[in-house]
Amino acid sequence: MSDDAVKIPGALSGVGGWLDDRFHGARGVRVLMKKVFPDHWSFMLGEIALWSFVILLLTGTYLSLFFVPSTTDIVYHGSYAKLNGIHMSEAYASTLRISFDIRGGLLIRQIHHWAANLFMVAIMAHMLRVFFTGAYRKPREVNWLIGIVLFTLGMLEGLFGYSLPDDQLSGAGLRIFEGVLQGIPIVGTYLAYFLFGGAFPGSAIVPRMYIIHVLLIPGLILALVSAHLFIMFHQKHTQMPMHGNTEKNVVGQPFWPYFMLKGQAWFFFIFGALVVLSTFAQINPVWLYGPYTPLAISSASQPDWYMGLLEGALRIMPAWEINFLGHTLSMSVLIPFALPLGIIFTGAALWPFFEAWATGDKAEHHINDRPRNAPVRTGIGVAAISFYGILWAEGANDVLADKLQIPLYTITWIARVAFFVVPIGAYFVTKRICLGLQRKDAELLTHGVEIGIIRQLPHGEFIEEARPLTNEENAVVASKHIAPALPAPGRLDPNGIPEPAARGPLGWARGVANRAFTETVVPDGHANGHGEHNGHAVADGEHAAITGGDSGDQHG
Amino acid sequence: MSETEEPTGRYRVIGTPSSAPTAVDAKPPVPQEAVDYVPTDPADTRHAKVAERLAAVCFLIAFIAGICFIVAYIGLEVGPNNGGDSVIAALRSNYALGSSLGLALLALGTGSMIWVRHLTPNIEIEEERHDLKSAPQDRAGFQKDFATGAAITQITKRPLLRRTMMIATAPLALAPLLLLRDLGPLPGTSLRYTVWKKGTRAVTLGGNRPLRSADMTAPGSMITVIPEGYQDDPDALAKAGVILIKFAPGELHIPTNYDGGKLVSTMNWTVDNIVAYSKICTHVGCPVALYEQTTHHILCPCHQSTFDAANGANVIFGPAARALPQLPLTTDAEGYLVASSDFTQPVGPSFWERG
Repeated sequence: MSDDAVKIPGALSGVGGWLDDRFHGARGVRVLMKKVFPDHWSFMLGEIALWSFVILLLTGTYLSLFFVPSTTDIVYHGSYAKLNGIHMSEAYASTLRISFDIRGGLLIRQIHHWAANLFMVAIMAHMLRVFFTGAYRKPREVNWLIGIVLFTLGMLEGLFGYSLPDDQLSGAGLRIFEGVLQGIPIVGTYLAYFLFGGAFPGSAIVPRMYIIHVLLIPGLILALVSAHLFIMFHQKHTQMPMHGNTEKNVVGQPFWPYFMLKGQAWFFFIFGALVVLSTFAQINPVWLYGPYTPLAISSASQPDWYMGLLEGALRIMPAWEINFLGHTLSMSVLIPFALPLGIIFTGAALWPFFEAWATGDKAEHHINDRPRNAPVRTGIGVAAISFYGILWAEGANDVLADKLQIPLYTITWIARVAFFVVPIGAYFVTKRICLGLQRKDAELLTHGVEIGIIRQLPHGEFIEEARPLTNEENAVVASKHIAPALPAPGRLDPNGIPEPAARGPLGWARGVANRAFTETVVPDGHANGHGEHNGHAVADGEHAAITGGDSGDQHG
Repeated sequence: MSETEEPTGRYRVIGTPSSAPTAVDAKPPVPQEAVDYVPTDPADTRHAKVAERLAAVCFLIAFIAGICFIVAYIGLEVGPNNGGDSVIAALRSNYALGSSLGLALLALGTGSMIWVRHLTPNIEIEEERHDLKSAPQDRAGFQKDFATGAAITQITKRPLLRRTMMIATAPLALAPLLLLRDLGPLPGTSLRYTVWKKGTRAVTLGGNRPLRSADMTAPGSMITVIPEGYQDDPDALAKAGVILIKFAPGELHIPTNYDGGKLVSTMNWTVDNIVAYSKICTHVGCPVALYEQTTHHILCPCHQSTFDAANGANVIFGPAARALPQLPLTTDAEGYLVASSDFTQPVGPSFWERG
């Protein structure tokens, strides 16, 4: 048994020395090697997106060696006998060639498509984790915004990617895209004609989408991912509320070797899982759809999952068109195109700033919130999920109607009602559940954990025995952090003048929002319902502390 | 990277006593760094032994699977030249390549995970978090240097210079937009018209066969037709596709409608109870391909706009806001179905200039 570090081979230390002579790296790289990364399963979600992106770059580069981005019309004579003699574009023919005539081509194509879906799933899951734990709060707002842009770019990249093979299904998707572009007021027809190089379908769109798909958007994504990682690295990762974690430290395992080894393992797992999926779960069998022709369509046409929201929004919208002064405003296209994504992305982008404004919380946060400890945020998050989910499911309303044997129009009407009712209901229900869980936490803090022993006291009373929380449990349960309530709307200062922060409609709105944000449950005997600064600790040792202020000390 | 400070963290080693000094730190040991020693071996040597073997087995499996991948690549031909069914050949190759590659990667992942979780000592480091905000003197120094630099440029003192430079960049900022102008032709009025004109024969899609009204005898039948001579012009077809629907006598009621003084629908445009509607949905342009005989409903499969074919293709459900435009239909001297003019209103999705 040896505790000595590995003897570094001469060649390696020689190279290291050569580099250090030129770049002065030893000190800085040593710091990087010891960079601490907190560990939690949910911190791997973003890493899934990162590795999916790497796999997308690798497989995409391979595909670009064989794919021909051209709409030149040819007659197919190839391995897929069912389409022999059929007119099609070179793009479609080369996709068939990749699938049937190139060893591993079908596999790589399917990995690329599955990886794109996983990339978007992982980004979304990662964003939900960041939202529900409040990890977007100061100082991480910029990384949150970058994440939103990355998700948007991913949607566009995916749309252009699956449209490239020029098959019947993706052509229908492009037709919808072009129809939506036309509906944009004033510039719509110009946008459509410039993008498609004239009337739909034209011959320009495939090569144009190709260069956007393989160069422009991946370049932007790569740059933003780099910025995202650099900022995360520089600001240091957030950590979960745990014993020993404070706002002033970061606890975890060093980059070298732990994170390297774990990252390697995770990369292989994700790649392996994608390969297995791509081997046994067929995705986008373009040869079954046939080449695109403008007058054919198949029923139950579905886009990839991340476009389902837009598809559902188009389907749920009742007919509405405004004609005035010789112009047409196609509201049944405009609203679905702009409103749901606008609400979700604009809402998400503004949320950190709104929350800081409403709570008056200007402090840095490095310890994540438990979702229950931020009932308004958690409620809004669940409302957003239901909002997204309803539109997403409505995007497959024909499939649902078929599988569930419910009439198609009934499904759409259910979705139309649910669109308004469910998110509001979800908000209130979630908020109540959060406050209920807080009550449970308060109970744990004041009375401890019931251990299942019931004791009869000499005078006949039964009590259930409880043990105090351990330090580890206490650090989690007592991690609640509610910013102090702001002055109530209309409150007067000692001179009889309304306080500046509470003045006017904006002040009133802030007061209302603040009351919602500061609603909380504190342990018995310390409650005022609105998180007054420093709900004090229960001091008798067996009971745990709860901090209502922003002391930041998370030690139990 | 602005952080060049020494990592000052303390190692917390779980489940093992602190151990002998290591060479991680190249400097001679100094008392302050005495806590910076890391045990490099796991606490439980027997457990580690088992873990090492398991990881090694995983890596061997990955090695064998990798060999299988190469063998499958070389051994399993695809393409038309191998005699058999090339679809089956492609699928066989896909299964062989995919399962070997997937196994290799998963085994590598599993081995790596066993390695890091069972062969490395469980070490946690605590690192200090520094304020992100710069020290006040740094901010002040930055502001001072920046202001000095700005003063040196004279930009605040010489408005003429400043303003002419801003004016100079304005046209150049527009240049990239200007260069995009030739991406496509201006739409003009092209969205208002299709290639149908007086006397254009309606031919079947795919067969290019002209039709007489007698060819559609069964009420309820629907057929897609295109203007003769445009079967290879997707740009024309994307607007000019038409569905013909045959009705039983008395079933068809096309209201006579005017739009701004222009006739847009009438019974006079039908031939023997055959009516012609644009196949392009007025919502976002999908082909409206589903026709239900008993209810006379035309359904767009994309977003389920539903049109009543017996009643001027008016919208009865869904997001489309306008009826499907009716093509004026008549017969030519030989009795074939022809258009008596282009559509009298734009087909397909709405657009700003449509009016």
